[in-house]
Amino acid sequence: MERDSLIISLEDISFSYSGDKLVLDHLSFQLRRGDRIGLVGPNGSGKTTVFHIIMGLLRPSSGRIELFGKPAREEEEFRGARKRIGLLFQDADDQLFCPTVLEDVAFGPLNLGKSPEEARDIASRTLAGLDLSGFENRITYKLSGGEKRLVSLATVLAMDPEVLLLDEPTNGLDEQTEGKITDILTGLDLSCIFISHNLDFLMRATDSIYAMANGKISLDEALAAHPHIHTHEFGRLPHKHER
Amino acid sequence: MIEEQFSAGESIVHGLDPRIKIIVAILFSVVVAVSSSFLALFTALAVSLSLIVLARLSAKAVFYRLLLVNGLILFLWLLLPFTFKGEALFTIGPLIGTREGVLYASQITVKCNAILLAMIALVATIPIFTLGHAMSQLHFPDKIIHLFLFTYRYIHVIFQEYHRLTNAMKIRGFIARTNIHTYRSYAYLVGMLLVKSYDRAERVYEAMLCRGFSGRYYALSRFSIKTGDILYLSLMLAAILGLVVLQWSAIV
Repeated sequence: MERDSLIISLEDISFSYSGDKLVLDHLSFQLRRGDRIGLVGPNGSGKTTVFHIIMGLLRPSSGRIELFGKPAREEEEFRGARKRIGLLFQDADDQLFCPTVLEDVAFGPLNLGKSPEEARDIASRTLAGLDLSGFENRITYKLSGGEKRLVSLATVLAMDPEVLLLDEPTNGLDEQTEGKITDILTGLDLSCIFISHNLDFLMRATDSIYAMANGKISLDEALAAHPHIHTHEFGRLPHKHER
Repeated sequence: MIEEQFSAGESIVHGLDPRIKIIVAILFSVVVAVSSSFLALFTALAVSLSLIVLARLSAKAVFYRLLLVNGLILFLWLLLPFTFKGEALFTIGPLIGTREGVLYASQITVKCNAILLAMIALVATIPIFTLGHAMSQLHFPDKIIHLFLFTYRYIHVIFQEYHRLTNAMKIRGFIARTNIHTYRSYAYLVGMLLVKSYDRAERVYEAMLCRGFSGRYYALSRFSIKTGDILYLSLMLAAILGLVVLQWSAIV
């Protein structure tokens, strides 16, 4: 598929949990190949819901979903698309369920029909690519928060997805781990949607930022890079800011 | 949380193919469970003990495990001698202990310990995840294996959740007492834990779906049977057969 072709298209999607207030209210949204989009919005505004709608984990009460140019309505159709879209969950403990890191990273490739040898190979390569060599036999629940996040990312990348949906990838990480994950994510040559409250991160990792409010998604024109006057120690000396 | 106390080790028993160990453990347990002759039962106990010795497990740790189970068996000793009909053996006040009752209780004691020791030596020496894979290769039902592995993985997470909740209670001055407030708070705690675990299960399942899960679980490791395994299997089968013969000859 060439660049700019439509990968994800949501049209007129409405959704509510348990029938009361609409979380998504006739929402429309499109992702084209090569797009790197940030999604911001207050807590509970439905950002994660949008991801789950795209993956077919939740079904909208009305509207049309098209994934890779094909309409997606039934579980069977979503199942095919899930192999090409990677979703990084907010809580790594939801994502990592195998006792060892290697087993967990190999889980996706095995589901894709790879042989155990291939899966092992893919897992090791993916881990090495994220600087996680030597983690293969670590116990998943004994990893630190930052390690869990990186391993979760490895489990998604091991499936070689065309699109990544990332739900607050930098949430709760220390500065060093955040820097590392930002570097990795900005370096990926994939179409991505990032949910994040971290505007610094979004400025680096995305091309455009959309805002979510009242059950709809709109391009946020107000979010553009601009200089600030600020003060700190030794501010007179020539210096640079990382971000 | 769940400590795999016995799974790491370098002994001959640790090195055996897990599938063979599982098969032997099951056969052994069934034969011992249906045996009644003391000769067969004590021989079985001797076999189990020698397996423990071969596995080079810490005697103290094994003893503690046995203590737990034998605590339950103690209750049988308090009840069985006095409730079984038969020839009177001794009396304590108005209670009459029968010979048959004592024999029956001893039988259960020896059986339980023999089976438990064999399980510790053979099954507890397999790391849990390997055990799951071995079960899958022996064609145990997928659902049982999933339940088993998920329980292992998430009991730790639920335990942490429990800690978070009790800490949240503690920092607001909660002290357990014998009153309605305490009971209600504990009920909330348990309820919350159930709801949260359910939500967690839902999210984990979704995460698995996103990675192409369709109900089948593929194992990464493969096992290979070595000469030692065959030798061990034949030896153990012979021992189990011996037990059957001992039991059978006792009946005849």
